[in-house]
Amino acid sequence: MRLLLPLPVLACLFGAGASMAFGRQRNAQRAIGTIALSTALVAAVAILRHTDAHGTAIAHMGGWDAPMGIALVADRLSGLMAVVSAVVLLAVLVFAMGQPGTEQEQPSFHPVYLVLAAGVFLSFLTGDLFNLFVAFEMMLTASYILITLGGRLDQVRSGMTYVVINLVASTFFVVLLALLYAALGTVNMADISERMHTLPHGMRVAFALLMFVVFGIKAAVFPLFFWLPDSYPTAPTAVTAIFAGLLTKVGIYCMIRTQTLLIAKDDRISRFLLVIAGLTMIIGVLGAIAQNDIKRILSFHIVSQIGYMVLGLGLFTVAGIAAAIFYALNQIVLKSTLLLVGGLVDHGAGSSGLTRVGGLARRFPILAWLFLLPALSLAGIPPFAGFVAKLGIIRSGLDAGQGLVVAVSLAVSLLTLFSMSKIWNGAFWGEVELVVEPEDGPTARWGATVPMLGATGVLVAVSVALAVFAGPLYSLCERASTALLDPHDYLRTVLP
Amino acid sequence: MRRSLILDVVVQIVFHSTLLLGIFLLMTGHNRPGGGFVGGLVVGAGISLRYLSGGIDEVRRTVPFRPWTIQGSGLMLSATTVVVPVIAGRSVMEHAKFDLHLPFYGAVHINTAQFFDLGVALVVIGTILMLLVAFGETMPSLNNPYRRQESDR
Repeated sequence: MRLLLPLPVLACLFGAGASMAFGRQRNAQRAIGTIALSTALVAAVAILRHTDAHGTAIAHMGGWDAPMGIALVADRLSGLMAVVSAVVLLAVLVFAMGQPGTEQEQPSFHPVYLVLAAGVFLSFLTGDLFNLFVAFEMMLTASYILITLGGRLDQVRSGMTYVVINLVASTFFVVLLALLYAALGTVNMADISERMHTLPHGMRVAFALLMFVVFGIKAAVFPLFFWLPDSYPTAPTAVTAIFAGLLTKVGIYCMIRTQTLLIAKDDRISRFLLVIAGLTMIIGVLGAIAQNDIKRILSFHIVSQIGYMVLGLGLFTVAGIAAAIFYALNQIVLKSTLLLVGGLVDHGAGSSGLTRVGGLARRFPILAWLFLLPALSLAGIPPFAGFVAKLGIIRSGLDAGQGLVVAVSLAVSLLTLFSMSKIWNGAFWGEVELVVEPEDGPTARWGATVPMLGATGVLVAVSVALAVFAGPLYSLCERASTALLDPHDYLRTVLP
Repeated sequence: MRRSLILDVVVQIVFHSTLLLGIFLLMTGHNRPGGGFVGGLVVGAGISLRYLSGGIDEVRRTVPFRPWTIQGSGLMLSATTVVVPVIAGRSVMEHAKFDLHLPFYGAVHINTAQFFDLGVALVVIGTILMLLVAFGETMPSLNNPYRRQESDR
C-alpha cells in the first residue's frame, strides 16, 4: 500500500518529466506515455482489488500520520474511478497518436497530458481536502494548455472563458478551505467528518452548499454549466474526449465524496440536489436538441447526463448512490467514445456539422457501428450498460418516493434518443456527402487511421463489457455505496 | 542591436554572485527561509540578466542545455526522490539526514529533501528558460520605437 496508492500519480509525473526531457523524440515520448499510463492502470486495478477485499487503504506521505500529514486514502469508489479513468486515458492517448495534428505537431502534448492524468488520479486518491485542491490545480493548469493547444482564434477565445470560470471556481475552493480550517482547524477529510457535528446546523448547510458550488462548476450542473458547451468542442478531438469523459466526472466524484463523508444526510440538501438534478437534465437535453454539430450536441449531453448522477446522489440511499456511481463509470467511457467518434467523422468527412456531411453509414460503415453502439447505450436502450444505469437510477428514485424527478428523467431519456437519432439521420443516413474527400490510405477506406479506429473500438468494447459484466460491477458499486453512507471503515482507517 | 558596455560589464560582475545566491538559498532552504523554488527563481533572474545584456544568443551560450531537458530532469529527480524511501522500507516522501565528514571541508549535514528541492529548482530554471526562448526569440522589429530612435541619432 505504501507504494501502490501513490503509484498512479508518481508514474504519470515521472513520465511527464521523462517525456519533457525527450521533447524532440516523438517515438520516445509515445513509449513513455504508454508505459506510464499502463503502470497507472495496473496500479489502479491492484488498488481496486485490495480495497474490495480488505476495505479502505491508506498511505501516509512522508511518514506523518493523519490528520497532521497528508494521507492518500482509497476505498472502492476511488478504485473504480481510477481504473475506468486509466482505461480511457490510455485509449485516448493511442487515439491521439493516430490522429494527424496536435500530438504530432506539439512536443508539449505528451508531458501535459500526463500531468493531467496525474491530477485526475490524485483527486481520486487523496484523503485531504487541501491536497484535493492541489490535484485540481494540476489538472486545471494542464487543461488550460491542452484546450488551447494549436492556438486557433476560436480556441483561444473559448479557452479564455474556460480559464476564467475555472479560476473563479478555484478561488471559491480556497475560500472554502480557509473557512473550513477556521471553523474546524483541519483539512483532513476524515477529521472534518468527525468534527462537523460540532458546528451549528445552519453553518453545516452553508458548507454543503459552498462545496456544491465549487464542485458543481467542475461537474457543470445547472446553472453553472454555461461554460462547457462553449469551450469543449473547439479543443483537439482527443482533448475534448478526455475532458468530456473525465473532468466533469472528477467533479461528480468530489461531490459524492464530500456530500456523503463530510456532510450528514439532510432533507433540505437532498431536496435541493433533486431539483438541481431535474433542471440540469432538462436544460442540457433541450440545449442539445437545438444544436447542429455532432461535437456540440454531445457537449450538451454531458450536462444533461450529469443530472442523472446528481439525482442518484440526491436520494442519499444506498441504491441511489450505487446507481450514480455505475452511471458515472458508464458515462466516462461513453462520453469519451462518442466524442472520439465525433472526431472520426470530422477527420473522415472534413466536418462534424450535421447539415454539411451525410451518408457516412454507406461510405464508412465502421464509423457508423462505432457511433451506433454507444449512442444507443447513451439513450438507455436495452441491453446496453446505459439501460442498466438508468434502470438503477429510476428504481432507486421510485423506491425513495421521488416520482416527479423520475418522470423528468424518463422524458429526458426520450429526448436523448431523439437527439441521437438526429445525429444518425444527419450524418450517417442519406446521400453520401463529404466536405473534403479524403486522400488515399486508410482514411479513404475506413474513415480514419488504424490507431484512431482501434482506440475507439476498444472503448466501444469496454462499454459493451460494462453491460456484460453489469451484475458483478453493480454489486461492487453497491458495496462502494454502502461504505460511503456508513463511513465507519474510512474514518477508522484514517484516524485509528 | 547595439550592446551597452556598462550593462555588459555590470552583468558580468553580478551574474556569478546571483548564481551563488541562488545556490545558497537552495541549500539553506531546509530549515531557514529559502528552498528550491526561490533558489530556482534567483538563478533564473541571473539568466534573465544575461538575456537583457545580450539577447537570446547570450542565454544559449550561458546555458548549454535545452530548457525542456532541464525541466524534465528536474521533475524526474523530484519524482525519484519521492520513491526511493519506499525501497528502504519507509513511506513515500519520507526523508533521512546524514552527517558526513569530508576531508579538508569538515562536517557536512545532508538531508535527502535537498534532492527534491534541487529538482524543484531545475523545473523553475527550465520554465524561465522556456519563457525566454518563447517570448524572446524574435529580433526587435523595424517599427520598434526604440530602434527608430537609435537610427535617428
